[in-house]
Parts: sequence; structure tokens; C-alpha cells
Amino acid sequence: MRMDKKIRMKARKVEFFYGTTQILHGIDLDIFENNVTAIIGPSGCGKSTFIRLLNRMHELVPSARLKGEITLDGKSITSADVDPVEIRRKVGMVFQKPNPFPKSIFENVAYGLEVNGVKDRHFIEDRVVSSLKKAALWQEVEKRLHDSALSLSGGQQQRLCIARCLAIEPEVILFDEPCASLDPISTHKVEELILELKKDYTIVIVTHNMQQAARVSDHTGFFYMGKLVEFGRTEDMFTRPREKRTEDYITGRFG
Amino acid sequence: MKIKVKRIKEILGFGVLHVCMLCVLMILAVIVYDIVSKGSGVISWDFLTKPPVDGMTKGGIFPAILGTFFVTLMTAVLAVPLGMGCAIYLNEYARDDGLTRFIRLSIRNLSGVPSIVFGLFGVALFVDACHFGTSILSAGATLGLMTLPLTITASEEALKTVPRSYREGALALGATKWQAIRYNVLPLAIPGILTGMILGLSRAAGETAPILFTGAAFFLPDVPNSILSQFMALPYHLYIMSTQHHNIALVRPIAYGTALVLIVLVFLMNLVAVIIRYRLRKKGNAHG
Repeated sequence: MRMDKKIRMKARKVEFFYGTTQILHGIDLDIFENNVTAIIGPSGCGKSTFIRLLNRMHELVPSARLKGEITLDGKSITSADVDPVEIRRKVGMVFQKPNPFPKSIFENVAYGLEVNGVKDRHFIEDRVVSSLKKAALWQEVEKRLHDSALSLSGGQQQRLCIARCLAIEPEVILFDEPCASLDPISTHKVEELILELKKDYTIVIVTHNMQQAARVSDHTGFFYMGKLVEFGRTEDMFTRPREKRTEDYITGRFG
Repeated sequence: MKIKVKRIKEILGFGVLHVCMLCVLMILAVIVYDIVSKGSGVISWDFLTKPPVDGMTKGGIFPAILGTFFVTLMTAVLAVPLGMGCAIYLNEYARDDGLTRFIRLSIRNLSGVPSIVFGLFGVALFVDACHFGTSILSAGATLGLMTLPLTITASEEALKTVPRSYREGALALGATKWQAIRYNVLPLAIPGILTGMILGLSRAAGETAPILFTGAAFFLPDVPNSILSQFMALPYHLYIMSTQHHNIALVRPIAYGTALVLIVLVFLMNLVAVIIRYRLRKKGNAHG
């Protein structure tokens, strides 16, 4: 049963501020192992802000301030003595807009290994191939590994970013609206990939697309104005939402 | 009727803008023509490779060319790493707080300080306090300080053009901040940084006031043999030839020749900046 899954990440009483503006209010949320957890909600509800906390990308904004605690396997990732670089190796991230580096396809996938000190060329080559295969991109790029990553289509670029993330073997992967700039066919490919990846990884996905959340996720959290309005199993949430606001949002009455 | 009036206004407007542009071009053309026509006569192989003789009324300007080359090199060695370092710190590491804003404001203001003031400061700090004496080192350091605002600002602008998503992508893969800067930001920012550096250096190469008291010599028969030697420099030589020489009318052609060599040198440096920028940009595009 899905409900028996282990909890990998936990957010407890998370409050988040940019300067004096409070963005998130008292978020409690569990992320289950080998599950896809979808975060939905209207623009500006804090959902992207929330997943950026899960690998401490929020720290790039100097005025960011976090209260409460987030844990990975029971250990805090948010306390000051934890190195964010360490966390980001375990919790990978794929961004809204594909952002391959202006380097070759091969170099893009090898990048994470190289910055993490892997020197063995054979190991790197094997890992690049296996990551591209896992990201369902291998067949398309097999013969052009040393071409620029920017010569790929948008959908291919996004799968390359996924491969790049897989190469460092994270435990959790965060997807921040990964299909927002993709066409329907590419979106479909990425969704299939996410379903495939959850066998090996724990996944969190922020999405604007209700159908996407319904198709790929096991759990869904609905954010509204910086609060987690409702969290539960996706099928329950989409068939029998407990909260009126969740129902209104899901059925398209606002947002 | 109304449309016709608008049309006339448009033509007039364009006309005025064209005239402005032509004026600027003409001034530039007149300067270049004046210097080339009066200076090209004295240019010869000997003029470029021999020292001045007979109380600087004959001979060449070789020591001045070499001196300018050395002092510019010294400026580069001191100012390029310092300028790049400051720009990387300000743009990538420093928090955007009151202190950073104050530093930025100071840098901008520094670029408005007259070069003669830098010259005096160079005497006080490098010549006297640091005991470098009047030398290539003192002059290079003074010129380096003078060009810092320009090189820092240009480098910062270049760093700003690198999209944030490259930094985020690198950090999300477990890169440290320095790795993200080293492997993702700098390769894209280098063309812009280099261009800023060379433009700063070409300005330094043409300055007289900062080297006046810090190392430039009126006349030296030999080329400098260490960074603590004094040196002759093209802009200072030009200044002497046009105002301080005992027979200004006689050496006027040499002054024009010196001016010509100096502007050709500065143009060449700017050309190198353009070429580097163009080639690195092309390479960047081929790569992506």
C-alpha cells in the first residue's frame, strides 16, 4: 500500500520571509519515498518558494529568512551547520525553463560528477550514458554527444537537465514546473519519465496543470496564499476534496 | 494635412540627428587628418627604433615607445587581477547592503577624480611611502589605480550578463559557489571583462599626469633595465616636445610623429579588444 511508504522529507512549522514579507505560513508536509508529491496552487501562492527550500536554493536571495525545520531522513537540512552543497547533492532540482549549460551534451551530464571531484574518465563516461538512458534521451543524442546542448529542442533540453541531475544520483528530485515551457508531446515524454523515475527516486513536482498533477502524482498539496490548505492522496483530493477552496481551485472556479 | 506636418517633423528630426552625427565624425576626421598629415613625414624605421639625439631635435622615440609598453604592461599585471577580483566579489559574493552600495558609489566617484590627483597620490604612496622611487613600478601602480573604476565597472557589467539560471543550475548539481563562478560564469563573462580591461589599459597608455611625478623621465638614452628604473613614455614625450623643449618650432614634426605613434598604439589596443571579443563570442556561439 502506498500509505505504508516511508517518509523521506518532512517540513514542520515552516515560515518563510523575504525581508519583512511573509511568503509561507506554518507549512507541515510529508514527502513519501518513491512517491510523486505534487504541489499545486495559483500563481504567487508560494509553491515554487516552498520546493526551493527543500534543497536550500532559497539562500541565493540574500533577504530570505526561514523558520521551522525541514528534515531529510530525520536529519535537519536547514540548520546553520549543514552545508547546502551536501544537501544539493542528495536533493536534485530541475527548473521551470530548461537551463543546460552552453557546453556539449556530454559535458552537461558530466558536470555534476566533475564538480563533486570524480576524476575517473571511464566512470564518468559510463555514468553519462546510463543517465542519458534513464532520462530517455540516449537514442536521440547517442551520435552527437559532443554537440552543443543548446542545439537540442526545448523538450530534449529539459530531459538533458533531468539526465544531468540523475548523474549525481540524488535521492530526491525536485521539479519546478518542468513542463511550463514545453509543447504537449514533450510534456507527455517528461511525465512518462517522472513515472518511470519514481521507482528509484522520491519526487516532488510543482505544477500549474491540474491534469498533470492528477496523472503523475501519488500525493498532492494545495497551496493558497502561503498556506497549505490541504494535503492528501491525489485520488482522494481530486475526487473528494475536504476543503471548499481546494474544490473550487481543482474545478477551475478560480486561479 | 496633419499627416503631412508629422512627416515634415520626422524628416526634420532625422536631419538634425544626422547633422549631429556628421559633426562628431568630422571632428574625429579632422583630428586624425591633422596628426597623420603632419606626423607621417617623420615616421621612418629609424624614428621607431633609435633614441633621440642632439638635445632631442633629431633621432627617434624608441625609448618612449618601449617605456609606454613596459608601464602599460605593469599596469595590466597590477590592475587586471585586482579589478577582476573586486568585480567578482562585488557581483557574486557581496550582500547587497549599505556597505556594498557605499563601495560601489566610491568606485564610481573614483572614476571622476582628475588624473593629476592620482599622480600626486602615487607620489605620496608608491614613490615615498613604499620607497619604490620614481619608477615603472610606481607609475604602473598609479595608472592601475586610475583604471580600476573602469575595469571593475566593465567586469561587473560583463558578470551581470550571465543568466542567473546558469548559476542556479550549477549550484543545484552540488557545485560550490566558486565552482559555479569558475566553470559557468567566468567563461561567459571573460570576453566582456577582457574588453573592459583593454579599454582601461589603452586609456592608461595615453595618460600623462599620473606618470609625470611617479616615473616618467625627460630624457634617457638607454632603455629601462628593471621595474625600478625610470622610463620615457610617449604621452610625456609629446608633452615635452610641444611645450617644454628649448626649440619647440624645430621639433614640431617630432611631436606630431610621437602623437601619431601614440594614437596608432591606442587604436591597435582597441582593435585587439574588438577582435578578442568577436572571437570569444563566436567560439561561445559555436559552443552554444
